Amino acid sequence: MARGIRGNERAAGWLFVAPVVIILGLFMLLPILMALWVSLTRWNGQGSPFTGDVPFAGAGNYTRLFTDEGLTRQDFMTSIRNNAYYVFFVVPIQTVLALGLAVVVNKRKAFFRSAFYFPSVTSSVAISVVFLFMFANSGAINAILGVFGISGPQWFSDPRGLIHLFLDWIGLVDVNAPPSVLTGHGLFGLSWWEWTAGPSVAMCAIISLVVWTTSGTFMLMYLAALQNVPVQLEEAGMIDGASRWQRFRHITLPSLRPTTFLVVTLGLIGTWQVFDQIYVMSQGNPAKTTLTPAYLSYRTAFRDFDYGSGAAISFVLFLIIVLLTLLQRRLTRERA
Amino acid sequence: MTSRKLLAAVLAGSLAAMSACGSGFDDKSTTSQQSAGPADLQIMIASSGDAETKAVQAAAAKWATGSGNKATIVPAQDIVQQLGQGLAGSNPPDVFYVDAARFADYASVGALEPYAQGLSDSQAFLPNLRQSFTYEGKLYCLPKDTSTLALQINTGLWQKAGLTDADIPTTWDQLRTTAQKIKAKGITPLAVGDTRDRLGAFLVQGGGWWVSPDGKQATADTPQNEQALTYVQGLLKDGLAKYPKALDAGWAGEAFGQGKVAMTIEGNWIKGALSADFPAIKYTVKELPAGPKGKGTLSFTQCWGVAAKSKFKQQAVAFVQAMTTADEQLSFAKAFGVMPSRQDAQATYQQQYPDDAAFVAGAQYAQGPVNAPKMDSVLADLDAGLQGLQNGNPKAVLQRFDKNAKTALGG
Repeated sequence: MARGIRGNERAAGWLFVAPVVIILGLFMLLPILMALWVSLTRWNGQGSPFTGDVPFAGAGNYTRLFTDEGLTRQDFMTSIRNNAYYVFFVVPIQTVLALGLAVVVNKRKAFFRSAFYFPSVTSSVAISVVFLFMFANSGAINAILGVFGISGPQWFSDPRGLIHLFLDWIGLVDVNAPPSVLTGHGLFGLSWWEWTAGPSVAMCAIISLVVWTTSGTFMLMYLAALQNVPVQLEEAGMIDGASRWQRFRHITLPSLRPTTFLVVTLGLIGTWQVFDQIYVMSQGNPAKTTLTPAYLSYRTAFRDFDYGSGAAISFVLFLIIVLLTLLQRRLTRERA
Repeated sequence: MTSRKLLAAVLAGSLAAMSACGSGFDDKSTTSQQSAGPADLQIMIASSGDAETKAVQAAAAKWATGSGNKATIVPAQDIVQQLGQGLAGSNPPDVFYVDAARFADYASVGALEPYAQGLSDSQAFLPNLRQSFTYEGKLYCLPKDTSTLALQINTGLWQKAGLTDADIPTTWDQLRTTAQKIKAKGITPLAVGDTRDRLGAFLVQGGGWWVSPDGKQATADTPQNEQALTYVQGLLKDGLAKYPKALDAGWAGEAFGQGKVAMTIEGNWIKGALSADFPAIKYTVKELPAGPKGKGTLSFTQCWGVAAKSKFKQQAVAFVQAMTTADEQLSFAKAFGVMPSRQDAQATYQQQYPDDAAFVAGAQYAQGPVNAPKMDSVLADLDAGLQGLQNGNPKAVLQRFDKNAKTALGG
């Protein structure tokens, strides 16, 4: 099959792909497999994890995250909750914002394109530090809110959840005395009351930061796609008497579907892996409301010397991302 | 078909490489080969700043030339992570700083050489610091220096509130009444950090502590501890004390330096921070007010750990001994403002720095950090509880700690 007129092409083929195979195998596949092994052990970080002395834990590190009552499960579930709310807010907002920005700058000067893209090329650590100042209790954000007579919250020390605050505001529940129906029962060690907290005020600050930084990147993708939408379609729509909104809704948006898929997928993956902003800005505080699985994995491994649990958390996170991406792919395909 | 074969080939290759790697990492010899003669010591330090790095470098250079060895100082950005990598690769630095709060983690996994156990000199160090570096009855390493918490008072605000030296609080009740007087003048009385490393002092004053002295039992849920946390909660609720974040400060010392509060509870490090960032502020340092069970404060310390896997243990211990002489400790104290950990050096220190009398006095009765392995996430959880203390339930915070600590200590 692989024997062409110039003799055996298989060997030549392997030779040509060898660099990539070796590099990917050595620097991606191999470390992943090693981490998988670590996640099945109780390695304490002393010496090599690949000797016979390392105690084998089997699936113990994984079951502790789901079935054993205790701090490990509670921390993990808290981090899943926080990150789920984070994804739920960041992905839609940044996608819509990116599309909006792209439509606006599509016909404008390059200045705005660079301006909107600028946050994406700046170091996330530097931006995080700037945001820390902006969201300080007497920082720029609260000063602006003050102009409108609103006294802003103490952003990074406020662990109250948005949904709780909203329910409290409309008078449905009292935050200081939550209904026992919700606090009495729960799932995976967190009460329903805790599950339904919503992102904390501190998390909202991080959400706004991430939306601001990443929407520029995604704007660029939308911009490229917008420039590929054929002018003829637009003109045909005009001849048929379609309004501006109708043309956007029924011509532009459908042509952007592949890009939307890309943007949402990248958004999902990126948001589930959020780490550097947490590491720089909050370290999981206040009251663990900005704890995310990626940060928890790091903390478990490097602070508690529980490398097995840390690796297990990252594999569960990996599974979550894969499943959500598959789900999202199915949803977009059905609509097509 | 081909892609499947390709995948199989890659997998096979990776597995082969993995086993090769595994054998490469392999270290069958549990006691590493010891080398005599001139050593090339790697010393990793978690430096508090330039002054410390330079002072340690100079001292190490002096020792190296005097003893014919080589000593390289590696200032770490994040010592926990960098050490973790070194230990995992079986190639840790020979000597490194070990924080008392992390000590038990390292000792329990066998990363540290218990060299201090046999040293006759070890008795010269303060007993409570030795306790901080004792695990399962063995003294592992010599404390490098120490700091304790004390009460700082802004003398300007003190006078503005119409207070005199007679108002300086020495008991919980006095702290409360004085704070009320200050608050009546529209000044925030006290800034205190929202962590176990500050609020724990109240537990000591109340006669309790998070864990038993041997670090094997969780003992948070006691009437003494509940009384202590309820007292702190009362201060917070009445606006007599505030956490730094509520004052828009990164830590209590910053709020104090900005003149937002009349008092704060911090350690020796506040001297350097204030003279660097807020040189104009005038303040005095007093011992912490005593609780129902007398005086109490917390100590913070690091030790000179020697790696169990070091090739030059003998030389490493000699290096540590040179770094912990009374003279060397006093010169470190001069260079970067730490308090000596030796009793003989402390006497001299007190004469040289009379302003630090409160810190030195505290060192005699201070309580070290929780000395038990695998407690980091439990303690982080405790901190989360303490952050919410104002509206929380002190007993629930303590019970939750006990429950979590029991799992961590038992398993």
